[in-house]
Amino acid sequence: MSLVSFRAVQKTYRSMQGVDYPAVEGFDLDIEGGEFFCLLGPSGCGKTTVLKLLAGFEAPTAGQIVMESRLVTGASRDRGVVFQGDDSLFGWLTAVENVEFGLRMRGIGKAERRRRALQYLQLVGLTGQERKYPAELSGGMKQRIQIARALVNEPTMLLMDEPFAALDAQTRALMQLELANIWHTTRTTVLFITHDIDEAVTLGTRIGVMRAGPRSDVKGVIDVALDGARSRTDDAFLKYYKQVYEMIRDEVAASVARAGS
Amino acid sequence: MTARPGAARRLWRVYGGYAVGFASLFLIWHLASVYLVSSVLFPPPTAVFRKGLELGRNGVLLEHLSASVQRILTGFIAGSLLGIPIGLAMGSFRPVRKLLEPYTEFLRFIPSVAMITVAVIWFGIGEASKVFLIIYTTIFIVIINTAAGVSAIAPNKIHAAQALGATRTQIFLHVALPATVPYILMGMRLAMGNSFTTIVAAELIAANEGLGKMLWDGRMFMLVDDIFVSLVTLGFLGFAVDRMFRWSIYTFAGKYSPAT
Repeated sequence: MSLVSFRAVQKTYRSMQGVDYPAVEGFDLDIEGGEFFCLLGPSGCGKTTVLKLLAGFEAPTAGQIVMESRLVTGASRDRGVVFQGDDSLFGWLTAVENVEFGLRMRGIGKAERRRRALQYLQLVGLTGQERKYPAELSGGMKQRIQIARALVNEPTMLLMDEPFAALDAQTRALMQLELANIWHTTRTTVLFITHDIDEAVTLGTRIGVMRAGPRSDVKGVIDVALDGARSRTDDAFLKYYKQVYEMIRDEVAASVARAGS
Repeated sequence: MTARPGAARRLWRVYGGYAVGFASLFLIWHLASVYLVSSVLFPPPTAVFRKGLELGRNGVLLEHLSASVQRILTGFIAGSLLGIPIGLAMGSFRPVRKLLEPYTEFLRFIPSVAMITVAVIWFGIGEASKVFLIIYTTIFIVIINTAAGVSAIAPNKIHAAQALGATRTQIFLHVALPATVPYILMGMRLAMGNSFTTIVAAELIAANEGLGKMLWDGRMFMLVDDIFVSLVTLGFLGFAVDRMFRWSIYTFAGKYSPAT
């Protein structure tokens, strides 16, 4: 039994003009406990829609999402979320207060939640920055706060929506490395949304490729039999890169053609 | 006691511009009054300050000043306390907004100055009519700014709180409210400016004391110096109050800066 199952999920958005846009349709996917699942697709294919549905921020138009034998009907702290931008951080709280937020909502005592928050800030490499406000921190540091804020709640699953897309290339590479280490430490199940093949092969234990929208679904899933430190220059890495690239190439072309027309 | 040169330089950097600005303002006033107009109808700053000192000593100025300030503060605080929850409700719940928008959108175009006559008929020329007018001039700006602040909250902040296990009430108290604080303060600051306009107009028309009454008496009895004392007091008072507002925003609410 998979941890999460998408069963024939459909999500249709209605524009202000009343035009329906079916973002995803007939979307089936199983995510196993403990895996690092990368969902890859061309821009505008509905990757983020899938994440929002699983997070419970939006409800599917048709189909079901089941997690641990329960139907997903809304947001819950068993699914932590890391957003792409920094606008999800609470700007009036310091780094450590941001991380404590979930524990505070649960009524965990001040000393205890501070202890746990500091522990997770250490895990993401933010020790010494805990009293700073998000506005005083760099993009990479803000994403670390988000990761710590989600993980301190000990969610069953971590949903990450292109969390490093807005960072510069060097910071992104560093963050990928550290996320891989964090995942090896915590072994939390991850659904990681990205449009970057390199990132998916670097991080994922499985990679799902989505078709270009509208009516997107999963084109194929590739198992990545690499473990530990991955190097972009390894033959095995390149083999997976090529495999994913060939699967996604036509979808990117379709996506670009649609955007251009 | 001698100030350290570093401290003096710092003082100069912070207040030097203001000092020179104010000095030039009074210099130009003086030059215009003495050499350009040279009429009793436009007294120079020296005469006005002399008169101001005299009125300050015999307590007349303080009486007018405190009357106006009291009215502004009472109405401003009451208007803000009413406006903030209404604005929060309008920003949070669509039905409430639909229900109350006709009131705010209709009434905010009737200037408080236009309401003076009604206020005097209803509440007389005492404190009640003034406080009513200040509440009236405060409440709509505060409501509109607060509601705008609530709608400007990034949806991801709400989503993040939901995914962290916050309930609806918790999201309101711990996310929506603090995220809206900068907008509320901005609305209050604008409302404070309007309160000055309103109080002077109201006191011009019907009052027993206040800076507006002082202006009116000055006109009635041709006390030109008194008029200028009132005007200068209004200017300084407004400047001081706005600085205090800004200072308290930065000191106590700096972390609520709208940038984040």
